[in-house]
Amino acid sequence: MIRDITIGQYYPVDSILHHLDPRVKLNGTLLFIISIFLFDTFYGYIAVTLFLLSIIKMSKVPFKFIVKGLKAIIIILLFTVFFNLFLTRGDILVQVGFLKISKQGLHSALFMGLRLIFLILGSSLMTFTTTPNQLTDGLEKLLWPLSYIKVPVHEIAMMMSIALRFIPILLEETDKIMKAQMARGADFESGGIIKRAKGLIPLLVPLFVSAFRRANDLAMAMEARCYRGGKGRTKMKPLHYKGRDGLAYVFLLVYFALVIVISIFENRLPTLL
Amino acid sequence: MIFLQIVFDNVSHVYSSGTTFEQHAIRNINLKIEQGEFIGLIGHTGSGKSTLIQHMNGLIKASSGNIYFNGENINDKNFVMRNLRSKVGLVFQYPEHQLFETTVFKDVSFGPKNLGLDKLEVDIRTYEALKMVGIGEDLFDASPFELSGGQKRRVAIAGILAMRPEVLILDEPTAGLDPLGRDEILNQVSKLQKETGVTVVLVTHSMEDVARYVDRILVMNQGRLVIDQETRKVFARYKELEEIHLAAPQVTYIMNALRDKGFSLKTDATTVEEARDEILKCIKRYM
Ligand SMILES: Nc1ncnc2c1ncn2[C@@H]1O[C@H](COP(=O)(O)OP(=O)(O)O)[C@@H](O)[C@H]1O
Ligand SMILES: [Mg+2]
Repeated sequence: MIRDITIGQYYPVDSILHHLDPRVKLNGTLLFIISIFLFDTFYGYIAVTLFLLSIIKMSKVPFKFIVKGLKAIIIILLFTVFFNLFLTRGDILVQVGFLKISKQGLHSALFMGLRLIFLILGSSLMTFTTTPNQLTDGLEKLLWPLSYIKVPVHEIAMMMSIALRFIPILLEETDKIMKAQMARGADFESGGIIKRAKGLIPLLVPLFVSAFRRANDLAMAMEARCYRGGKGRTKMKPLHYKGRDGLAYVFLLVYFALVIVISIFENRLPTLL
Repeated sequence: MIFLQIVFDNVSHVYSSGTTFEQHAIRNINLKIEQGEFIGLIGHTGSGKSTLIQHMNGLIKASSGNIYFNGENINDKNFVMRNLRSKVGLVFQYPEHQLFETTVFKDVSFGPKNLGLDKLEVDIRTYEALKMVGIGEDLFDASPFELSGGQKRRVAIAGILAMRPEVLILDEPTAGLDPLGRDEILNQVSKLQKETGVTVVLVTHSMEDVARYVDRILVMNQGRLVIDQETRKVFARYKELEEIHLAAPQVTYIMNALRDKGFSLKTDATTVEEARDEILKCIKRYM
C-alpha cells in the first residue's frame, strides 16, 4: 500500500555508489539535473540514458525497485505528457475531433516526460545510496561558506535531516492509521471527490496529532541531551574525500563535458525526430 | 455442534517481496478458531502476531494459503470484504492514536455509522459500547484528546465494540498502561466475553496478562506457530517458553520450585489465587 512509495528511501546494499562521499553525490545530482535541461535532441537523451543506466548498474539497487518510485509521480507525468501532446501548436499529425496532435507536441510531450522521469530517477538514486545522516552532513559541509554571511547552515541541515528521518515514520504511521480506520469500516477508495476528501479526515487528524506528538518528544529528547544548535559542535565522523571520490568527480565531469559538446553541435547533426 | 469460525490453511505472508527489505513475517500457519473461544496469542516482539491477526479481517492479504471465515474463503471473488471487517473487530495496538472526532460519542459512532445503520441504532450501539468499557455519560461530550491514557484507550476499544463484531481481536490492549488500567481493560473484555459469547483473540507478549483469562494459548516464534494448546498445558512447558524469550507467570516458577524442594503439590496454577489455595491445601496435609 502506502509503504510502496520509495522516493526518499535509503536502500541498504554494498556498492561503490554507497561508499562515495555524500558531497560527490549531491554535486553529481545537481550536475545531472542541469545536464538534462541543456539539450533538445535525441543525441542528448542517448547520453543521459547511458549515464543513468550505468550508475543504476553501479548502485546495485534493483531496477524494479527504482522504477517503483515513479508510481508516486504518475499523475504529474500523465498531466505533463497530456498537455504537451494536445496543447502544443504546430504541424498537425493526427486529429481526432477537437484533439490535435502536432509534430512539435509529440516532440515536447516525449521530451518533457523523459526529463521528468530522469529527474526523479536521478535524485532518488541519490537517496537510495545515501543515508539521511550522510546527506545532511554533506549538505552542511557544502553550504558551510554561507554561514559567513549569517545563513544558519547547521540549523537548516538539522531540519532537513529530521524531515528526512520522519518521512518513513510518517508513512508507517499513515499506513497504520489507515488500516485502523478501515477496521472501523472507513472507505478510502470509493466515492466522488467530496466524499473522498471528507473520508480523509479520520486519517489526517490522527496523523497531525501524532506528528506534533513526535515533534514534541524529539525536541524534549534533544534538549535533554543538551543540544543547542551548531555553535562549537563537532562531528563524530567528519567527511574526508578519498581517492575514489576524485575518480567519481572525473567521471562526472567527463559526462558533463560530453553533454555540453552535444548541446553545442546537436543542431548540425541530422534530426531523428 | 462445533462451529469453526476462522480457519487458516497454510497461510504465509512476505512483506516487500523481492527487495532487500523482504521479510517473512508469518510462515505456514494452520489454525482453527471456534465460535466463543477466548484465545491468547503470545510471542516475542517481531514474531508476527500483528501480521497474523490483520489477516483475520482481510487488512493484509496472504502471500500464500487460504483463510476461511464462517466457511467462506475470504479470497473468493464474490466474498464481501466489508462484511468481514464488520464481523471481525480489530483493535490495533495503541488504538487511542486513531481517535479523531470532536467528542467521545461521535468518535465511537464512526464505526456503526460506516455500517450504514440508521441514527437511532447508531446511537444505541454507541451508548452501549461506551457503557461496556465503563465510560460514563459525563464524558460523552468531552473531546477524546482531553481524556487520560486509559480512558482514551477504552474509548477506542468502544469504537470497535459499537460495531458488534462476532470476533473481537485486541492487539496488545494493555501496552503502556499502569497495572490498574491493565486490569480494568482485561476484566471488561473478560466480562464482555462471558456475557455475549463473542470470540476473543487477545494478543500480548506477557503471559502474566493472559494466564487468568484465556482458555487456549497460541505461541508464535519467528513467524511460526509453535504451540497451540490449553492454557495450563502451555505453562507446564515453561522451559520451552524460555527458549523463545517468553516466561511463564511467576506463580508457575514458585510452584515448580516448591515441588523441587519436595512438596507434593500441583504446579498448574495460573493465578495467584489458585496458587494460594493449592499451597494452603498442601500445608494442611503436613499439619
Ligand atoms: N508493514 C510492514 N512492512 C514490512 N515489514 C513489516 C511490516 N509490518 C511488520 N513487519 C515485519 O514483520 C515482522 C513481524 O512483525 P509483527 O507482525 O508486527 O510482529 P509482532 O506484532 O509480533 O511484534 C517483523 O520483523 C516486522 O519488522
Ligand atoms: Mg505487534
